[in-house]
Amino acid sequence: MKQLSTKVTSNGHGQDSSYFLGWEEYEKNPYDEIKNPDGIIQMGLAENQLCFDLIETWLAKNPDAAGLKKDGQSIFKELALFQDYHGLPEFKKALAEFMEEIRGNRVTFDPSKIVLAAGSTSANETLMFCLAEPGDAFLLPTPYYPGFDRDLKWRTGAEIVPIHCTSSNGFQITESALQQAYQQAQKLDLKVKGVLVTNPSNPLGTMLTRREINLLVDFISSKNIHLISDEIYSGTVFGFEQFVSVMDVLKDKNLENSEVSKRVHVVYSLSKDLGLPGFRVGAIYSNDEMVVSAATKMSSFGLVSSQTQYLLSALLSDKKFTSKYLDENQKRLKIRQKQLVSGLEAAGVTCLKSNAGLFCWVDMRHLLDTNTFEAELELWKKIVYEVKLNISPGSSCHCTEPGWFRVCFANMSEDTLDLAMKRLKEYVESTDSRRMISKSSHERIKSLRKRTVSNWVFRVSWTDRVPDER
Amino acid sequence: MKQLSTKVTSNGHGQDSSYFLGWEEYEKNPYDEITNPNGMIQMGLAENQLCFDLIESWLAKNPDAASLKRNGQSIFKELALFQDYHGMPEFKKAMAEFMEEIRGNRVTFDPKKIVLAAGSTSANETLIFCLAEPGDAFLLPTPYYPGFDRDLKWRTGAEIVPIHCSSSNGFQITEAALQQAYQQAQKLDLKVKGVLVTNPSNPLGTALTRRELNLLVDFITSKNIHLISDEIYSGTMFGFEQFISVMDVLKDKKLENTEVSKRVHVVYSLSKDLGLPGFRVGAIYSNDEMIVSAATKMSSFGLVSSQTQYLLSALLSDKKFTSQYLEENQKRLKSRQRRLVSGLEAAGITSLRSNAGLFCWVDMRHLLDTNTFEAELELWKKIVYNVKLNISPGSSCHCTEPGWFRVCFANMSEDTLDLALKRLKTFVESTDCGRMISRSSHERLKSLRKKTVSNWVFRVSWSDRVPDER
Repeated sequence: MKQLSTKVTSNGHGQDSSYFLGWEEYEKNPYDEIKNPDGIIQMGLAENQLCFDLIETWLAKNPDAAGLKKDGQSIFKELALFQDYHGLPEFKKALAEFMEEIRGNRVTFDPSKIVLAAGSTSANETLMFCLAEPGDAFLLPTPYYPGFDRDLKWRTGAEIVPIHCTSSNGFQITESALQQAYQQAQKLDLKVKGVLVTNPSNPLGTMLTRREINLLVDFISSKNIHLISDEIYSGTVFGFEQFVSVMDVLKDKNLENSEVSKRVHVVYSLSKDLGLPGFRVGAIYSNDEMVVSAATKMSSFGLVSSQTQYLLSALLSDKKFTSKYLDENQKRLKIRQKQLVSGLEAAGVTCLKSNAGLFCWVDMRHLLDTNTFEAELELWKKIVYEVKLNISPGSSCHCTEPGWFRVCFANMSEDTLDLAMKRLKEYVESTDSRRMISKSSHERIKSLRKRTVSNWVFRVSWTDRVPDER
Repeated sequence: MKQLSTKVTSNGHGQDSSYFLGWEEYEKNPYDEITNPNGMIQMGLAENQLCFDLIESWLAKNPDAASLKRNGQSIFKELALFQDYHGMPEFKKAMAEFMEEIRGNRVTFDPKKIVLAAGSTSANETLIFCLAEPGDAFLLPTPYYPGFDRDLKWRTGAEIVPIHCSSSNGFQITEAALQQAYQQAQKLDLKVKGVLVTNPSNPLGTALTRRELNLLVDFITSKNIHLISDEIYSGTMFGFEQFISVMDVLKDKKLENTEVSKRVHVVYSLSKDLGLPGFRVGAIYSNDEMIVSAATKMSSFGLVSSQTQYLLSALLSDKKFTSQYLEENQKRLKSRQRRLVSGLEAAGITSLRSNAGLFCWVDMRHLLDTNTFEAELELWKKIVYNVKLNISPGSSCHCTEPGWFRVCFANMSEDTLDLALKRLKTFVESTDCGRMISRSSHERLKSLRKKTVSNWVFRVSWSDRVPDER
């Protein structure tokens, strides 16, 4: 008799993908400025390491929060015993207000509609368990975060059907792509339960436009399905444009408190905006009482440590801190992204125009031998093993066009980023076709820019999310 | 079309059981020595509140552990970024050593075979995902922890088939009961994947005897199935006897490193022994590499906060602390249990002889109007609403005999326990049969004791686990 479940014996965990393998290579030979200057530079991990100093300063000024004390008195016992799956009220309140602040206080979040989870990994899986039966499908725009294959499908038995997006329009979601995905699901005899988008997008680094969000809301209304908006990168928007949440759109369309609004769910986490993936803080926000109720019970399988809830409720309740943090975070992300973009341009490499996220969606199609995924993988291997940069190939994100790569910029020092860019430039210049490109790179980039402006002139902003974990 | 999954719309969460309802009643009218002296006393929550002072002293002497510092230096950044699902090495090492210490260092635990989880709730569910397909069954001896109905079945789709145990032999597991349960599963056309036991037992408060453990190991060997031993209460044994783990038995039967040993898995947690349910620390220990590998990936859905891993690795690495703690914990549990047992006896009530756990398995059969579960529920309501004690009725633990209740003793002060027992005595004396009992309680108890000794003379120790959460 079969000893172990198929979940164990199959590869539903999705970890055979190149995305995770590149990470393993990095682990074997990690770059260190002093100890291993020729090692692999990690550019495949979407971490935000730019603002730890702000949090450390706050911790030093507020020792009670980590010290399990309130007004100097130990509350250790109270926290040790607190396992209520409704979560620490002061934490949910602080989280709700933080989410509002990120959205310019244009929309409100009711703490009683928040369900805490051990990271958005847990939040997304729980939402799937609530909305889909095994075999049901969710539509996801490509390219998407590789972790979704595991998070949404592995233990839930749900399926993902891609909504194909292409570079012809900056990878925006179109009505026809949505319809096509829906029909594809029907051809595969899969019941579509909803659409899941990451906004700002991982791996694109772009925000959904208002047009796209309207399209999505109209689509789920007509099909009577759900919309999950994973807004984990909402606090990393650094451009001129403000972040437009699906909650903004519901409000502007006067759909708050409507039936449709009950089918719109937001997922959030503190792993990206605050750079705290180790603390395992995620949340589901839903207007559907039954979903909130069921998800709350399911959160038993992934509660947030009370020690962590307490620390973060103190941090996020400090509005002076949060407003300064969000402001400074944006500034630093913007500078660092510009550094990456310039460095890439100097190597004759362009990327999708972005103003959010911790990464850029980089166009290396011109460096491919052939316009195939095999060529993309060959290029990727060269970049990992020879250039010693771990970047994420678009195929691991289910991109339909070969040649795109996600490159992170917020998880290393400026010097390391410069070194990475230097290595890349050297590599590009050293190959045959590269020699042609670097000669005409200036002209080529100019013409590319013209092209991008004409195609994307209606696009207000872009954001991109990189496979964030491991 | 059905909007939400059946997981949401059905009651698979198991929270309609009286176990949870009693808890809700408590929440409406909770006892407080000063502000609500007539309120309900919570005796349905298996918390260990007896040794917080020891941990608080340690925290005061070791401020770095909670303050995210090492040798006075901030390691906040390192912890904030640490999300490796392999867990913090120093923490797994400390956990392994703590588990060894609890077992008198007779067996060893390899840290690499430990998979961390957000509480044993998460650990148990993950193990079932690894071992069972939807529709497969696990055999569990009754009475068992009510939470298992949710933890093992809800999202996994697995089934539980009871191994019926009765008071005729102190609720021990017999070969006949095992075989009968197995056949029952086959009648129901369910594939049996394994047996799950809680040792020490919740709600019995008794440790499995060596005889029972041998029986279980032989049974899973012959049926080629798994054995999960949830040893969450292993550190709460307070009697003369030492705790015998399934790992002891594997060693004594020279089955270490055999095929059978790969099918024996231990679950642990710090929620009971250390009284830290809020921190969400659980673990799976398995000799099967594939399970360790799959469970590790699944732990992504319920990782332990790095902040918490760091604090507890410091605490558990302090061997002076752990040895003092385990010893003191045992002493205090023993004297508190005695207090409950004597108080019950003064009310003419006996309980299963126990020497582990945070609760007693109390025999109130003589207080039932009829030998039925309806009568048990009636009695329970009286105790909850009239006597104002929230205790857990045996039916919520799937006990096959009406009249047994789980009563916790480690989650309140001595004074509160005394008050609870006083209320109970008053109640018993006020009812008709109660009057008879208290008159002849002395004689009855003497004769009961004789009976218990003759039936259970081979039983070395008992322990009892009460539904621990909410």
